[in-house]
Amino acid sequence: MTMAVRTRDTRARTPIYEGSRIPSPVPTELRVDPSLYEEGDILEINFGPNHPSTHGVLRLVLELNGERVVGLRSVVGYLHTGFEKNMEAKTYWKGITYAPRMDYVAFQANEYAFVAAIEKLLAIDVPPKATWMRTLMLELNRIHSHLVWLGTGALELGAISMFWYCFRERDAILDLFELVAGARMHTRYFQAGGLAEDIPVGFYEECQRFCDSMPSRVDEYEALLDRQAIFLERTKGIGLLSAEDAIALGQSGPVLRASGVDWDIRKDEPYLVYDQVNFDVPVYPNGDVYDRYKVRMNEMRESVRIIQQCLDGIPEGPWISDNRKVVLPPRHELHTSMESLIHHFKLVTEGYRVPEGEIYVAVESPRGEFGCYLVSDGGPRPWRVKFRAPSYVALEAAPTVMTDALIADLIAIVGSLDTVMGEVDR
Amino acid sequence: MTGVDFDAIPGFVNRRDGHGETTITIETGQIVAAATHMRDELGFTFLADLAGADYLGWGEQGVAGYWGTPPADAERGWTPPARDLNAPGSWGLQTAPEPKPKRFSVSYHLLRMRPTPERIRLQVWADEAEAVPSVVAVWPTADWHEREAWDMFGIVIEGHPNLQRILLEDDWEGHPLRKDYPLGGEPVRFSDAE
Repeated sequence: MTMAVRTRDTRARTPIYEGSRIPSPVPTELRVDPSLYEEGDILEINFGPNHPSTHGVLRLVLELNGERVVGLRSVVGYLHTGFEKNMEAKTYWKGITYAPRMDYVAFQANEYAFVAAIEKLLAIDVPPKATWMRTLMLELNRIHSHLVWLGTGALELGAISMFWYCFRERDAILDLFELVAGARMHTRYFQAGGLAEDIPVGFYEECQRFCDSMPSRVDEYEALLDRQAIFLERTKGIGLLSAEDAIALGQSGPVLRASGVDWDIRKDEPYLVYDQVNFDVPVYPNGDVYDRYKVRMNEMRESVRIIQQCLDGIPEGPWISDNRKVVLPPRHELHTSMESLIHHFKLVTEGYRVPEGEIYVAVESPRGEFGCYLVSDGGPRPWRVKFRAPSYVALEAAPTVMTDALIADLIAIVGSLDTVMGEVDR
Repeated sequence: MTGVDFDAIPGFVNRRDGHGETTITIETGQIVAAATHMRDELGFTFLADLAGADYLGWGEQGVAGYWGTPPADAERGWTPPARDLNAPGSWGLQTAPEPKPKRFSVSYHLLRMRPTPERIRLQVWADEAEAVPSVVAVWPTADWHEREAWDMFGIVIEGHPNLQRILLEDDWEGHPLRKDYPLGGEPVRFSDAE
């Protein structure tokens, strides 16, 4: 099978793996070579569940031969809260509140995937102002997520100052979210049909100020890390993941692109207005921790580019659909229109009905392919919601990237997969 | 989707299109052969997601007035307990949902990256205690997804290398995403009972 090769400014070639050569099975668990047991110096330790570097509750059962990790098993589920089951008992618009609480760092990507799935089943039109604003918010959220990753990831490698710098910019983004939605996290700003509120006065100016300062900030971070010998020593050439293994293990997002696979849902299967804005997809070939870091750094720059184009391109007009069977009527209408009052009552008490069907919507969250599989029986509550969490899949690759690694590199390597445990366990 | 010979897929049962997506139903026992065919012949190298679903009680839920006329053909031998109120509030959703062949479904969301991005859904159906063959040997990423399907639905995955609970603790009773799993409350154990 021949594969088309596309040229991008970052990397010329696009190796995509051919199916029949998938090395199968690739282990999702690293097993100790039995002969090592006979030597008698295998030490089994628990890493976590409450280790500070796991940023959540992850337990890794490690088997060490000296300093070398020879066995690894991930134990997840400590944060399992049954989101999917809960959402089956909620009407759709209450369910929107649940989605962002899974990945509490990339909340809007989760929110959007669920809202997009509802909208596709409803076949409802979303006004252009809302789609542009959604794109803008999703990209702000991407920067936010990468900043949290960079700040905490570098902190664990000893670059403590990075944490303060990253969280300074992160706070600026949270201020923007607060301005728009009233909440700093879990904004629940996306409604089926559009946005919950109009874009507030002063947002464009504030966001423009952020756009102006952010590229130079990214340069500063890179200047701090790229010339720091300790950081380079601890990231280059470790945690290797080949393109073949990455695809076989279902990796997506920065982890996949750092392994040299040129795949970004925003570019390849555009949603929202990603086909109307210019941006590049950073792809790096080595598949090590350092390349994952570089991908994320460049993605932040590209996100700023997208935000800038959104700021310039957001059209005026309504911010939410006027389909009264799905969208709440404006408040002032309730005083004068009986119809609106009835619609409001029905929507709030019973919710809207979504036509029967099943749908899988994939969006490019900061961590990779975030998918929402939604089954509706035609009622006001989802029959089944399943989220394809990129963190969950990324953790499956932990044994592969940890093969022959040292215990000291564990934090750098597992951290580079950028998993958020709330999303893993759902 | 163009250029795909669906009949050549091993175990092909039927094809459904809806909401811009294609769903291929596969005979449960043939899923590994079908998966291998999809991967090697058609280039779907990427398994994006594997999702179980429980359809117990599908279409039996009646809300007064809002479920319309039952399907006209009684051949299917299935009459949903719906009321015909001539649809004042049914918003065009007059028909009860289409019946499902078995209780559980497992959906495999496949992705082909090149030459053009394509997505397709394979689906198999299983009754309670009916085993679904594992596709771990085709797509290693299926490992945790299949464990989750076992954990949440109790769908037995045949040939899985390590079929254990993944999100819930090992001694959990029941499979919580089943529709007959009780909502709310949990058994309280008293120390004197032990």
